[in-house]
Amino acid sequence: MKIVRPAKAGTMESNDIYIMIYPNENGNEIQLDSIVLKQFGKAIERVIMDTLNELEVDNALVVAKDRGALDYTIRARMETAIKRASE
Amino acid sequence: MRRSMLFIPGNNPSMVQNSPILGADSIILDLEDAVSIDEKDAARHLVRNALLSLDFGDAEKVVRINSIATELGYDDIDCIARVKPDAILVPKASEDAIEEIDELLSTIEREEGFKLGSIKIIPLIETAFGLEDVFNIVKSSKRVKAVLLGAEDLTADMEIKRTKEGEEIFYARSRIVSVCKALKVDAIDTPFTDVNDFDGLLKDCEKAKLIGMTGKAAINPRQVDIINEVFSPSLDDLKWATRVIEAYEEAQREGKGVFSLDGKMVDAPILARAKNVIEKAKAVGLI
Amino acid sequence: MINALGRNLPDYIEGYGKVKPFAGAFENYKEVVKSSVKLKSVKPGDDKVLSSIKEALLKCEIKDGYTISFHHHLRNGDFVLNMVVDEIAKLGLKDIKVAASSIFPCHAPLVEHIKNGVVTGIYANYMSGPVAEAVSKGILKYPAIMHTHGGRARAIESGDLHIDIAFIASPACDTYGNINGVEGKSACGSLGYAIPDAMYADRVVAITDNLVPYPACPIEISQEYVDYIVEVEAIGDPKGIVSGTTRITKDPVGLKIAKLAAQLIEESGLLKDGFSFQTGAGGTSLAVAAFVKEMMKKNNIKGSFAAGGITGYIVEMFEEGLFRSLFDVQCFDLKAVESYKNNKAHQGMSSSMYGNPHNRGAVVNNLDVMILGATEIDTDFNVNVTTGSNGVIMGGSGGHSDTAAGSKLAIVVTQLTKARLPIIVDRVTTVTTPGETIDAVVTERGIAINPKRLDLLEKLKESKLPIFTIEELKQMAEKMTGVPEKIEFEDKIVAIVEYRDGTVIDVVRQVR
Repeated sequence: MKIVRPAKAGTMESNDIYIMIYPNENGNEIQLDSIVLKQFGKAIERVIMDTLNELEVDNALVVAKDRGALDYTIRARMETAIKRASE
Repeated sequence: MRRSMLFIPGNNPSMVQNSPILGADSIILDLEDAVSIDEKDAARHLVRNALLSLDFGDAEKVVRINSIATELGYDDIDCIARVKPDAILVPKASEDAIEEIDELLSTIEREEGFKLGSIKIIPLIETAFGLEDVFNIVKSSKRVKAVLLGAEDLTADMEIKRTKEGEEIFYARSRIVSVCKALKVDAIDTPFTDVNDFDGLLKDCEKAKLIGMTGKAAINPRQVDIINEVFSPSLDDLKWATRVIEAYEEAQREGKGVFSLDGKMVDAPILARAKNVIEKAKAVGLI
Repeated sequence: MINALGRNLPDYIEGYGKVKPFAGAFENYKEVVKSSVKLKSVKPGDDKVLSSIKEALLKCEIKDGYTISFHHHLRNGDFVLNMVVDEIAKLGLKDIKVAASSIFPCHAPLVEHIKNGVVTGIYANYMSGPVAEAVSKGILKYPAIMHTHGGRARAIESGDLHIDIAFIASPACDTYGNINGVEGKSACGSLGYAIPDAMYADRVVAITDNLVPYPACPIEISQEYVDYIVEVEAIGDPKGIVSGTTRITKDPVGLKIAKLAAQLIEESGLLKDGFSFQTGAGGTSLAVAAFVKEMMKKNNIKGSFAAGGITGYIVEMFEEGLFRSLFDVQCFDLKAVESYKNNKAHQGMSSSMYGNPHNRGAVVNNLDVMILGATEIDTDFNVNVTTGSNGVIMGGSGGHSDTAAGSKLAIVVTQLTKARLPIIVDRVTTVTTPGETIDAVVTERGIAINPKRLDLLEKLKESKLPIFTIEELKQMAEKMTGVPEKIEFEDKIVAIVEYRDGTVIDVVRQVR
């Protein structure tokens, strides 16, 4: 999918993640802020990157504010944001 | 066993992931009334991913979709049925809608390689027309295993006031129970909406059970324990049923066709009721 | 060296001394000697009331390196610690050690005094907020020393913690130094944590905003211990002192945990006449009390006592006749203060009577059931309530280790995961309370019983409760959250966690 406009998904509630996605010039880029950054920062970035790849997004800037979301939530919020930003 | 069916807002990760621990027999992940119109896509994606990766234990996984009067309902079915929930709860159910959803589910089941008919349908009866047509609604698909009464919308449709005492829905409850017994599916009562009135909830459950409802929907986790208790066989029921069965077995051994207990004749319907109590008690882990 | 829990400790720590390694929760009960007290006797006609904190400091002949003490009954509303340390800083003193039974966010000004070298050491049973975070970053010259409530009393009484000047925040004080906590605008109830300080410090200064004519009755801390009295405008902010009414959680997960914990208590066989109970003021802990209350009423059980920090909810149970008496070291709300003031069976206790392992028997020894929290618990049942899982200090034992050791059934209640963090881990970041004193962990998804409690496991053999091994609970959590990455620390030790007997159970290192 092609990111054609900025979009957001999710909330700042506990156990959720707030995703903002923007068109980007050179590939995919992630800016992550998380309350569990030390323990799960890499894992969260991996899930975000996997979702981008699965949905064939090549040029996106993802700004994520994580409030302790589990992987299923991160995947869902990414999917929502990507679909809102494309089409 | 569907003593309690707990509604969980479909766009709230905390509540979705904690839902399996709340003791409800069925969890209804809600994409309809609990989700605002601009978050329908987000809730759909969250519920789909939750069904894919969370462990719901023994609880039945039900998803309330949006009405197929709009495009939303179709999107819900296409997204959710592909991850195989146990059942779809259909709002403002009508015969046509159930038939159409049955076909859509069959197509998806074939495409995904699921067993045909494995996704159940629970019609939500919340219009006067639906109530009068409930017999045909249940008969319209083999997938229908339970009926849920939605009294808030029903009373609105009938232009009558909804009260805590619930006299105004006596007919609706009775009609649904009668149809459900006739067609051997579960009759699930409407939720009790005052989430802080536990005495009121208890009375409402007892009222529904008295006329044959087999379970009740909950809109707050704190309602679940009371509902489960009312819709489980009581210890007195269980004692009585055990004695009936014992007397029956003794009569069998002695070659007696008819027998009595406490001076009363035990006939086939009484025996059937006793067996039913024992089965239910087993199902809820009482014995 | 390695202590009995496998924690790596240095033999000697600068600013602390030789390390006595933790050897087991019950290894150190022995004949002990209490410290003697040096005091200045007061002759007839001497006036104890002084005009300012500064005058009191000068009269006490404060010097560089002195240890000054505070108690935390005014909690996050306390003004006294900041007022006193500010005056000390103005006098140009250095290298002061602050022994506060607890440090709260309101004590943030202490951070500047630490940076300026006015304060170089801290003793506390509990620390949260900016001071705790600053200590974790390594700004304090010497490691902070973290006690338990009972352990602090032990340290003071034994002389391990020598207090040069104790400051007693006094909601009511007369002109000759008789103090109580139940009168005045800053009324906070029991003054249990201040009692060892008053009895063993070289000098004792009462700071009050309610100076009353002699004699002030009831007397909780008596004139025989108090050297000087200073009147100030306010010793605290009443809003921070008592937290309105403490409430039972409405969170369904908390309620589920509480219900399981109450069922476990019932099945343990301890819930019978004479039952004794303690729980914290957190929402889930209070919910356990609510379920226990229903069971006691249903089965007509009369308990002997409830203990600890007392909440309005526990007072209600007491007033309904479910407990014969209350032991109160600290009041958590106004209802508790009121009851403590008016009811003779609502008994105050000092921190020593509460939890000191080296007296002739503490109240915790008579507890049947204790409900505890945890930020982490490991598969050996060791509990961390000192640091967050990011390694930053955010609490401390308080009465955790004391009650766990004393009670017949110590139950940790916790969510299985909190904001993606699994609470059950292989090895806790910091050990606060040793696993041998924890009997059960109750989470919303299941219960684990310490395998050492064969008797309890036997009792629960036929139980329908969801009982798992602690490893199974850990796997359940990790299935949802994934396995967290290890936190990395610097080598510098920023805090020493002392077990209640004075041995070192663990150290906290500087966060990276």
